[in-house]
Amino acid sequence: MTTRIFGSGIRRREDPRLITGRASYTDDIKLPGTLHAAILRSPYAHANIKAVDASGAAGQPGVVAVYTGEDTDGVLNGLPCAWLIPGSDLKTPAHPAIAKDKVRYVGDAVAVVVAESRYQAEDALEHIAVDYEPLDVVVSPKAAAQDGAPQLHEDVPNNIAFTWALAGGDTDAAFADAAVTVSDTITLPRLIANPMEPRSALAQWSAASGELTLWNTTQNPHIARFVTCVVTGVPEHKIRVIAPEVGGGFGSKIPFYADEAITAFCSMKLGVPVKWTETRSENYLITTQGRDHIEEVEMAATSDGVITGLRTTVYAGMGGYLSTAAPGVPTILHGLMYSGPYNIPNISGTVYGVFNNGAPVDAYRGAGRPEATMLLERMVDLVAAAVGQDPAEVRRKNLIPKFENGHDVATGITYDSGDYESALDSCLSAAGYEALRAEQAQARAEGRCVGVGVSSYVEICGLGPSQVAGAVGFQGGLWESAIIRFYPTGKANVMVGSSPHGQGEETTFAQIVAGELGVDVDDVEVIHGDTDTTPMGWGTYGSRTTAVSGAAITVAARKIKEKSRALAAHLLEAAPEDIEYEDGRFYVRGSPDQHKTIQDIALMANVAWNMPEGMEPGLEASAFYDPPNFTYPFGAHVAVVEVDPETGHIDLQRYVAVDDCGVQINPMIVEGQVHGGVVQGVGPALWEGAVYDDDGQLVTGSMLDYALPRADLLPDIEVSSNSTPSPHHPLGVKGIGEAGTIASTPTVYNAVMDALRPLGVTRVDMPLTPEKVWRAINDARNGG
Amino acid sequence: MFPAQITYHRAGSVAEAVQLLSSNEGAKLLAGGHSLLPLMKLRLAAPAVLVDIGRIEALKGVSASGGGITIGALTTHAEIASSDLVKQHAPVLAEAAALVGDPAVRNRGTIGGSVSHADPASDQPTVLTALGATFNVTGQGGDRSIAAGDFATGLLENALEENEVLTSISVPSVPSGAGSAYVKFPHPASRYAVVGAAAVVAVSGGTCSSASVVVGGVETTPARASSVEAALAGSDLGDAALDAAAAAVGGDLNGDPMGDVFASAEYRRAMAAVYVRRALGAAASRAG
Repeated sequence: MTTRIFGSGIRRREDPRLITGRASYTDDIKLPGTLHAAILRSPYAHANIKAVDASGAAGQPGVVAVYTGEDTDGVLNGLPCAWLIPGSDLKTPAHPAIAKDKVRYVGDAVAVVVAESRYQAEDALEHIAVDYEPLDVVVSPKAAAQDGAPQLHEDVPNNIAFTWALAGGDTDAAFADAAVTVSDTITLPRLIANPMEPRSALAQWSAASGELTLWNTTQNPHIARFVTCVVTGVPEHKIRVIAPEVGGGFGSKIPFYADEAITAFCSMKLGVPVKWTETRSENYLITTQGRDHIEEVEMAATSDGVITGLRTTVYAGMGGYLSTAAPGVPTILHGLMYSGPYNIPNISGTVYGVFNNGAPVDAYRGAGRPEATMLLERMVDLVAAAVGQDPAEVRRKNLIPKFENGHDVATGITYDSGDYESALDSCLSAAGYEALRAEQAQARAEGRCVGVGVSSYVEICGLGPSQVAGAVGFQGGLWESAIIRFYPTGKANVMVGSSPHGQGEETTFAQIVAGELGVDVDDVEVIHGDTDTTPMGWGTYGSRTTAVSGAAITVAARKIKEKSRALAAHLLEAAPEDIEYEDGRFYVRGSPDQHKTIQDIALMANVAWNMPEGMEPGLEASAFYDPPNFTYPFGAHVAVVEVDPETGHIDLQRYVAVDDCGVQINPMIVEGQVHGGVVQGVGPALWEGAVYDDDGQLVTGSMLDYALPRADLLPDIEVSSNSTPSPHHPLGVKGIGEAGTIASTPTVYNAVMDALRPLGVTRVDMPLTPEKVWRAINDARNGG
Repeated sequence: MFPAQITYHRAGSVAEAVQLLSSNEGAKLLAGGHSLLPLMKLRLAAPAVLVDIGRIEALKGVSASGGGITIGALTTHAEIASSDLVKQHAPVLAEAAALVGDPAVRNRGTIGGSVSHADPASDQPTVLTALGATFNVTGQGGDRSIAAGDFATGLLENALEENEVLTSISVPSVPSGAGSAYVKFPHPASRYAVVGAAAVVAVSGGTCSSASVVVGGVETTPARASSVEAALAGSDLGDAALDAAAAAVGGDLNGDPMGDVFASAEYRRAMAAVYVRRALGAAASRAG
């Protein structure tokens, strides 16, 4: 037994079952008598539904029922949007689970067949006749916001779902006085989240008890229960949502989807369990996508490269409907981060959330912050080029100086702690930056296109104070709760309302308890993902689980420790103030032999043979933790690329990351999160982008065309870290789940632009596919 | 992901496969399944009948035959990539096989299935055309042979009759002293060739005595680069000669161009010259 397990890179206890195929996902759950649903999806991106004739499907082999929008209309409530940004003139048009009158993206649900097997249900779909009246389509979020664009929803002029404005300082004056201004339009492509496990729902309605059980691929079962209540009308306390093993989400399993509402509807109609599992093709069409930003950005600076102002106009695609958390992503999680790690006294931005004919867009790893970091880091590089200074030095001179407890920025938020220059120095040192620049000069002399990219970032995570959540229109809280329960044998369960799905918190949460109470880490089991067996919580996303849920566990563990101290004092016949604690042992000060272990205490508390007067039996504590502020991890990254000017190919040769997520509970897991995050951010820089054609058809509809990052296209990622504790967190931790994704897109983009600068190339849209780079080089050679 | 209903037959011999094809209109052959099954799962293909030839032992393996090798249609890419006979007689074929897809595809996918699918972005049709291979087929009318360059007749279309089965591929040995190479621009997602260039360059007395150059991925069938071959013949294979020869490939690309969201037809044509040049460089360096 050792408390030193906290902070050590022990192996993830989740992994043996995951990598040997013994984990049980939603689709693995087999209930007797289960029927299988297949959903008919619109082949049109925008069309009126003139008629649906499902009669042909009804008699097909194995078919039990067929439902259309006529059947769900008035029975299922519409899917709610749960982030209602105040002061943004937000429109929330109806989002029926099954479209009745109109479809707004390819994949919109039109009917459902329930059959004895999924094959039979799929076959029967081909016998449903839908009479569509195709309508004009608009894909680009900027085009969709223009006068005369096809209108997706009545009463939403120019498709603008909301307009959010941000202003700090006097931006107009900053630009009027600026010696240097730079600008660019940055396009962040739509991204498909691609969790390894597609989404799935298994609904079991009990008419006898009036209870609905929903097994669901969700990152937040308690929110899913609440929304299931809203959509189905089943009372919240009669709904149990279980997220069994969930195979990744990256944000795409935060929202509540039409598919689980339809599955629940079918089970309630038929009185038997009904299962629906997404195919990968469906995942590409209907599961929420990320980004889809067109960002028009300007930065003002002095002739010496000191930033004086930032101004943006952003068109953020929402897809056909507002997904659960969609409006918060390009606003609160984006615009509020426009200062980044820099002193920027004057900042203004306008964000238009725009309906367009694609899959709904919602949070995707980083959620708003990669989009903010991208525009900021691009601008800083342009400023550096404009004033003829090294981009690392321009960053350095603009970084906010080290602070330990609070720093206000012009966007109106207060960072918790930061030491941005140390992170930059560490990264430049790890990369050997000066030598890299010398090698680059040599390579350029040989005619080779080598580039070095640098970025600094700070992100907002550990979401977040519930009072702030309410103030910014989030229709819920953002606290977390935990219960720690010790059994007579000294083993403990930890029940949490958050819902890890691959991040490793079954391990890190046990490390927290081991560290606080001196129990063996293997004596702590973490229970999550079931609304009937876990206390309320708001879920796993936004790098908040360790920061917020972990804090709740810490507070609960400290309650256990205080009760244990009091019981130990009673049993040792000493005053509580004379009891010392060390490594799981409570002893009388000066007499370490007179002690009780935490296991002794657990036994005596549970049998309750000899309790002090007034002390309740049992050794259990719960805690609700509402963070006083967000946490603000930060770091600096460097990438080295070489471009083949003959083909436009980019070879990512080195990637160096220095991240500061505060105190680390498990450095191996931190490193793993950085690895995955970096790769996910490199994707849209170089390869990834969902492409819809002018008819709103998804051209990149499978992994044959949608280019996910592959190991053979990536270098070893060189990861190291600094540690600046969060001043307000009981453990000093901040969160690391999204850091890599936030930093790596601009780092790699800037590296490529650095490589191409001698050729006269000034900009290329992401992803930087070979043809785009090749064309940019040729255009520059031909005089641009 | 859920194919339509099919009737499945497993053929025990080539003759039985031919018979099953003849008696079931629209039947499709199933070998490794790596081209057909994905199409069926997307319901882009829905054959009523599948004839599985995957367990016909006579169609498997590589053997030496007069002046070359014969490769059974069911031989997997992985087997070809690691075959000593292939490496000895047609090393460029092993080189290309190692670049097909990923390990799972190479372990299941077969050379016969790959060429029969007639996807111009596949690697092996390009290489086999450059090598002057012959495709041996059996049908109701008996046996016949088809030159590799005549086998693909269009995008995803081949020269097989409805009841014919591709049984083997005869590959002549690369002449001693000749160098060969296959250089590929893989699509970052699918790993199919955006452009693939195969070159076989023979040298005699310090000059190029003959060359065979084929480009895949740019047109709907592998394109023989006759202008490049003509420019190489008699040249010294120096950098200037290779530059000039590769630049001539534009004149050879007159068929149906292919382009998509990742790489336009114009870009593929430009890359054809680049990859032909690189294939020539590699082949020339291995010659002699």
